[in-house]
Amino acid sequence: MPRILSSLLVLVVAWGLWSGHGEPLIVGFGALSCLAVFGISRRMDRVVGEQPLDYGLALRSLGYLPWLLLQIVKSNLDVARLIVGSAPTVHSHLIRVQADQATELGRVIYANSITLTPGTITLDLRGQDLLVHALTRSAAEGVQEGEMGRRVSRLEGQG
Amino acid sequence: MFTAALIGILVTMCLALVRGGLGPTVFDRILAVNAMGTQTVLLIAVAGFWSGRPEWLDLALVYALVNFVGTIAVLKYTRFGSLGEDHTRAQP
Amino acid sequence: MMIVDALSWVLLVGGSLLCVVGGLGLLRLPDVYTRAHAAGINDTLGSWAILLGLMLQAGLGLVTVKLAMIGLFMALVGPVSSHALLKAAYAHGVRVQSSDEEPADVD
Repeated sequence: MPRILSSLLVLVVAWGLWSGHGEPLIVGFGALSCLAVFGISRRMDRVVGEQPLDYGLALRSLGYLPWLLLQIVKSNLDVARLIVGSAPTVHSHLIRVQADQATELGRVIYANSITLTPGTITLDLRGQDLLVHALTRSAAEGVQEGEMGRRVSRLEGQG
Repeated sequence: MFTAALIGILVTMCLALVRGGLGPTVFDRILAVNAMGTQTVLLIAVAGFWSGRPEWLDLALVYALVNFVGTIAVLKYTRFGSLGEDHTRAQP
Repeated sequence: MMIVDALSWVLLVGGSLLCVVGGLGLLRLPDVYTRAHAAGINDTLGSWAILLGLMLQAGLGLVTVKLAMIGLFMALVGPVSSHALLKAAYAHGVRVQSSDEEPADVD
């Protein structure tokens, strides 16, 4: 029940913010489209299985996201400096990283955070093994050092 | 000043276009198309402010959605050679 | 008001410069894998800086919310498409140049 209510609430708020209209006809269309999207997402739940609802995760991510943003800015500037340098000195290679988060959601968050920082892109996630492509040696070391992994574990609430 | 941002975005689109034309593998071309799409979203957003009509942002979001779905669809096509079959059943 | 204006110009110009750098990277870097990192600049900081600059121009209101949603959408979708692209390239047998090791295949 909290699941149904929260997803309907998100849909209605998103619709309201995007349209900004108040006429009865348009609001009726909006309600219909919210119901349609809700039905489709229920159907998707049946395909991939229900994911657990975790409100604590949303709260804890308030501590994680600013740090992630800082990392993204830093690595963006690194890659930009590399590109405009006189001769790009890339050391393009693949590394294996251990993702020891307990839940599937945690591992996906970790893999996506790695990809979101330029300089490292996750190629494959299989079990607890991540295959990561790194642009430079220092980018690879940044991942292997494991700070991000620890923070994601803490975000999960198990670390 | 919006004009400066527009020029920057257009230059980036030209660079991505050149990569799409050169790109040795098909994946280079898909990457170029994806980068063009991102720049198009920004172009629509900035152009909306430039011409004083921020309503164009709705178009920008729709373009972002289409860009993502298009990239994934093309990648799926290069991978499996079709778009609609049930691939989950083929894998053991 | 002056300060907000100046900040938004800095963000707009800086963001479009970053985008140009990313486009330059698309041309200069040697193979698909490295070029995807350059495209990652456009997807993250380049576009966020431009969107933030526009937000400062728009002030509080529905327009700012829409810009924020575009930024959020890009943050969610950017890594997914670059991951899918490189995974497809790797599975297709595109070699990583100057690689130290060659881990097992991805299917």
